[in-house]
Amino acid sequence: MVDVLIIGAGGAALSAALKAKESGARVQVLSKSYPTRAQTCMAQGGINAALAHSDADTVALHVQDTLKSAQGLASPEAVEFMCHEAPNALAWLDSIGVPFSRNANAQIAQRRLGGASNVRACYAQDYTGLKILHTLYDQCNRHNIEFLNERFLLNILTQKVTDEPCCVSGVTALNLRTGDVEAYEARSVIIATGGYSRIYHNHATNATGSTGDGIAAALRAGARLSDMEFIQFHPTALHRSSVLISESARGAGGYLLNADHERFTDELAPRDVVSREILKELERSGAVYLDIRHLGEAFIDEQLPQERKLAQQYENVDPVYELIPIKPAAHYCMGGIEVDAMSQTAVSGLYACGECANHNVHGANRLGGNSLLELIVFGQSAGEQAAQHAQKHQNTCNYEAQLQQDRRFIEGIKYFTNQIDFYEKYRFMGNIFYNNAAIIRDDMGLKAVLAAVRQLQKELPFMGPKDKSATYNTNLVEFIEFGNMVELAEVVLVSAISRKESRGAHFRSDAPQRDDTRFGAHTIAWKEDGVLCLDFIKGVRE
Amino acid sequence: MTLEVMRYCPAAPNGAQKISYELEDAHQTLLEALITIKTSLDATLSFCSDCRSGVCGSCAMRVNGVEVLACTYQVCDGDTIEPLRHMEVIRDLIVDSESALTFNKKAHAYGSVSIKTPKVTPEEEKKNEFQSACILCASCYSACPVYDVNSNFLGPFALTRNWRYVSDVRETEVEDKIATVQRNGIWDCTLCNECVPVCPVGIAPKQDIVMLRSKSGVMGYMDPSFSTNIGGNFGNDGTPDFGGPAF
Repeated sequence: MVDVLIIGAGGAALSAALKAKESGARVQVLSKSYPTRAQTCMAQGGINAALAHSDADTVALHVQDTLKSAQGLASPEAVEFMCHEAPNALAWLDSIGVPFSRNANAQIAQRRLGGASNVRACYAQDYTGLKILHTLYDQCNRHNIEFLNERFLLNILTQKVTDEPCCVSGVTALNLRTGDVEAYEARSVIIATGGYSRIYHNHATNATGSTGDGIAAALRAGARLSDMEFIQFHPTALHRSSVLISESARGAGGYLLNADHERFTDELAPRDVVSREILKELERSGAVYLDIRHLGEAFIDEQLPQERKLAQQYENVDPVYELIPIKPAAHYCMGGIEVDAMSQTAVSGLYACGECANHNVHGANRLGGNSLLELIVFGQSAGEQAAQHAQKHQNTCNYEAQLQQDRRFIEGIKYFTNQIDFYEKYRFMGNIFYNNAAIIRDDMGLKAVLAAVRQLQKELPFMGPKDKSATYNTNLVEFIEFGNMVELAEVVLVSAISRKESRGAHFRSDAPQRDDTRFGAHTIAWKEDGVLCLDFIKGVRE
Repeated sequence: MTLEVMRYCPAAPNGAQKISYELEDAHQTLLEALITIKTSLDATLSFCSDCRSGVCGSCAMRVNGVEVLACTYQVCDGDTIEPLRHMEVIRDLIVDSESALTFNKKAHAYGSVSIKTPKVTPEEEKKNEFQSACILCASCYSACPVYDVNSNFLGPFALTRNWRYVSDVRETEVEDKIATVQRNGIWDCTLCNECVPVCPVGIAPKQDIVMLRSKSGVMGYMDPSFSTNIGGNFGNDGTPDFGGPAF
């Protein structure tokens, strides 16, 4: 048995691992892939911090911008904590060797991102997330963090001691290399498995692994989820592949054009506004393009080389001479596992951090540059809290029943009838989500998708993996991931249907106004005996 | 178009087999082609991928004998797809990367900085700009011929990672890092350059190894084979050893 078991191996997970280890805990990091193969590496823009060497910026302004973007759904205390800790987080990253870009005074260079009142985002060229993640991984090697790679999380083990709240005792996981279901015991468990944007299938900028496995497992284990309907869409993804074209293309002067090659909106408005304008134009004229031709080849090659390469590779157009076909795509999940200020979920000893958790710092809309910051600040604090919890709780547990149940599940799943192709249903779910439960929503459309998702839940036993092999069965893994997404899809839809107002990323055409009296609260979802329950609750759980 | 995929499953009796798949012609990446095969032709085809845009390092494999990232390579009619070399094949195009990744730790490829807010000029930061963009896809590891003879070689990506920290002005344990790469390290490289063209992010591990040799020379280390061969003190300045006659 270890003290702290961390699920996932991205930026939040590795920050938590290093901090837990520093706090004296025995730590293991378990993930379905390898460390560094995580969503974190795709973050380009930067990491926000009001640094001492910035003349105009202050922590108070950082707090103010974050709260403004969150539109009433963030916790001022949590935002205050994150922004206040930001300079410390940056100093720590600097001290472990993250190669940040530098200014002429040999200090960390900063740039301005959308929604920021100041130059605030620290960056490492266009590879900020990648370089932070890899530096964290190197530190894990330095401090001998133990990695359990290629293990797919199935369920979180819990036990019920009389008169005490439900308590975590480890996880079960599928060892991908052998096909065995294994139990991993731990006194504390931290979920850091990322978001669930892939419920939109190919209409998402995220990696294919962002399937919400940890969130679904937490829900099944008795944790509560919050604000799951808030999903940020990025305005400029490539039309065919949804690969992201960075905001810097518009920042540098790029235009958005409709099918008639006319501009139709302010390119630099907030992400949710631009996404809605693009969607309307796609429906009206049939196509939207990003145009950077007027910037010239020399400028493009100097300032936007990544964007040119991506457009050539994935859309087969050269932006120096041609228009880039784009569409908005799901980009970031503000909602996630409900946690308190200590990153503790509703299950004792179960913690969450990173995109999979909702620390109430992004609210209805995340500010660019705050997600990498969140990973570090709340990753570290979750690691510390989990280590402390492990010291105080030394009890062991009998997990045999759950282990046997999960073994039967993996064995039984191979006998599912396969009359229905789940890959086809996955594409179908992504399409109806993108069309009816994405950028512009209404009651009718959301309820139609909910009916389809409930049908999918019933049909799961008639789907299943075609591949019956025990060794590295990616077909089986993708089916379980699909099952997790179908489970979370219901939560997203029920939350979106219940929130009859518009706020940040959640826009209802049948209720376009913000309604603080009825909905100035968090959407909290949980399961009782397998049945989904939902309520609006103000403030943070004590 | 036709794709030939080298497939292997430990349970199958005949070992690795080449299987052909017919696909519609299209401008697509190899990863898109593999996903089409998996989701509509043959669900048992196994490979790894994640970010599908060239930054996570999951989908490195070989096409016609050359290492590529499946997600950035434009697939062509008649391509033959194989897994990476020098790692155990678990199944089809999936290899066990565990052993390769251990070389990061063995090469002490991590930061050891003691100053709280170090000063770094833009010029100093540029010194390892490329090296620090490594995505650990292991393409260079697969291309490196030294592994045919020495499985303990620290290898191109781990040595580049070592140099990434050695060349960092904030680093305080340069001596330790240089000492670590003397055995099964920088002098075992043949400077054959195979690792350079296969790197998807434009890193030249060979160049970093030359830099490490040069730094080692300055710090008093020498090429062990060179010094035994001619018994002198030549060649410890990082001069490439082409295996030719010594003067």
